Amino acid sequence: MAETLSARTLFEKIWDEHVVADLGGGAHLLHVDRHYLHELCVSRGFPTMHKRGLEVRNPDLTFAAPDHIVSTAPGRTGGAFPWSIKVMDTMRIETEKAGIRMFDIGEEGQGILHVIGPELGLTLPGTTVVCGDSHTCTNGALGALAFGIGISEVVHILATQTIVQRRPKTMRAMLEGTLSRGVYSKDLILALIGKVGAAGGAGYAIEYAGSAVRALEIEARMTLCNLSIELGAKIGMVAPDEKTYAYVKGRRFSPKDAQLDAALAHWKTLPTDEGATFDREVSLEVSALAPQVTWGTSPEDVIGIDGRIPEPGHASKTDALAYMGLTAGDRIAGTKVDRVFIGSCTNSRMSDLRIAADVARGRKVAKHVEAWVVPGSVGVKNEAEAEGLHEVFLAAGFQWREPGCSMCVGVNEELAAPKARCVSTSNRNFVGRQGPEVRTHLASPAMAAAAAIAGEITDVRQLLR
Amino acid sequence: MEKFEALTATACYYPRANVDTDLIIRVERCARVEKEGLGRYAFEMVRFLPDGSDNPDFPLNRPGYRDAKILVGNINFGCGSSREMAVWAIAGLGIRCVIAPSFGDIFFGNCFQNGLLPIVLPLPAVENLGAQLAADPAKATVTVDLARQKVVTPSGEELAFEIEPLRKRALLEGLDEIGLTRLREAEIAEFQRKDRVKRPWVYV
Repeated sequence: MAETLSARTLFEKIWDEHVVADLGGGAHLLHVDRHYLHELCVSRGFPTMHKRGLEVRNPDLTFAAPDHIVSTAPGRTGGAFPWSIKVMDTMRIETEKAGIRMFDIGEEGQGILHVIGPELGLTLPGTTVVCGDSHTCTNGALGALAFGIGISEVVHILATQTIVQRRPKTMRAMLEGTLSRGVYSKDLILALIGKVGAAGGAGYAIEYAGSAVRALEIEARMTLCNLSIELGAKIGMVAPDEKTYAYVKGRRFSPKDAQLDAALAHWKTLPTDEGATFDREVSLEVSALAPQVTWGTSPEDVIGIDGRIPEPGHASKTDALAYMGLTAGDRIAGTKVDRVFIGSCTNSRMSDLRIAADVARGRKVAKHVEAWVVPGSVGVKNEAEAEGLHEVFLAAGFQWREPGCSMCVGVNEELAAPKARCVSTSNRNFVGRQGPEVRTHLASPAMAAAAAIAGEITDVRQLLR
Repeated sequence: MEKFEALTATACYYPRANVDTDLIIRVERCARVEKEGLGRYAFEMVRFLPDGSDNPDFPLNRPGYRDAKILVGNINFGCGSSREMAVWAIAGLGIRCVIAPSFGDIFFGNCFQNGLLPIVLPLPAVENLGAQLAADPAKATVTVDLARQKVVTPSGEELAFEIEPLRKRALLEGLDEIGLTRLREAEIAEFQRKDRVKRPWVYV
């Protein structure tokens, strides 16, 4: 075969390297390097495996941890309800029988899958990472090709270690400039969603590039890639660079010694070639961005903290304002809040907790606010406690909880009360996401901590020391 | 998988934009309700009033649309979570086809896994079709002809749609994707054999 001389993107290189078979008509059979399982993938997927008499083809490439339904209450031992305890038991039994590594409660490694994948050195540059969870795109921050799937595809991968996929179009988001003080990658990606729209990335694999992306540390890049699905794109990625290699080295499952040298040589071939073209280019100048906060029921409903709630341009937005109990033309700052949630695969890593703790240190959560901090993994929790961050949060009146998805998805019934207003560092402000009639405002960990202290949505820049 | 054959049925227009899969099925239902029972909870937050009675404003509750087998939606239909239970819930309502200007990528793929046909039509065509459907339930019959890749509107207009050939065949013949891939076991084994040499660090 003649060597191709055409310039390729990061996405195209990884895709091409994983094609097991061309199925024709644009469909490819791709190899899956990393398959992550949460409780519901197991409880919903394995019955189909058994019914069809299928075996797990590659337990060595499959990894499981409870995150969705596990309780995050301090001192938890598993699920909080008979049904969730049963699902947890099913998970333990099925993974053990299949020889799949599971990181159970209390063990180093347990946590939100998209936190532990990178943390354990499982997610690596150039790998395909797939999970029955739409925020699998988070793993793209390390230069992996990562995306969420449904249960049918979970079963397909368990049985064959491959997945049938259609090659998406490619988009490059050029993010240029320097984030100002009090403005973080969460603000950057929310602003981009506001600009491009929640459907703007549908059908695309997005590569984030530009000076603002290069300047982000790896955990901040994870926040960026995490919200790709909220842009409509199931894949979001950042080319690996020296920061990536430094992050990956020395982790539990990452390559060592001679294998590391070989891996590094391979990873350095992955970044998009000069002259490679994308199907679509978008750009955002980030230097003037203010901290962002959502006002509606789609992540695209976002404004700067200094902004006013816009007039609805569509009936759906009128509904959103009514649901949120807000009035067009009002300032978003000053809106009273009842709950604050700092956590989720978007914002529950060490850097997120440090930022929130800096705001909370020496201050008190407003009396009418219930505020939670839910670290993303046992590793994050241990490290945060070693730094004393838990003491900062507890002294301020936050709850310091165990790792899991918690109030981001609420499947473990960690929810707010109807009509409660919650500032959340998670990824979805959908109708009912944090409980029936709950009003969610998405924001950065800094903004969430500030809201907890002030008791209302407020500009964190006024609290930064 | 159930085959998709030609479908002529009542179609219902739900004009809400960005219908996310959380709205289609709440996550606690995904965890606790069997597949066959999910239809009962489809769209529950907007389909029912707080007292559990039908919300008369929800399009599928309006007289004449309760038996709809085709749902016409707006941009970004099925965005958000990857939960396949959203497709199971919609199928549980008797819906066999969703027509929208754009879909959430994961939802779109999940539809095909369950014999439910998602069709993308341009926004003006969807809005025009939706207006026809909403005007009179007695004249809200739509035909979806998968073999010819046409949607026939109540006014008799034929709208062509695209579908990838493999997916079309899978729907028409009710093909089983896992069964087909397992026939390629030798290719998968060969890929891994070479890959273990090229990228040994992947195989931990």
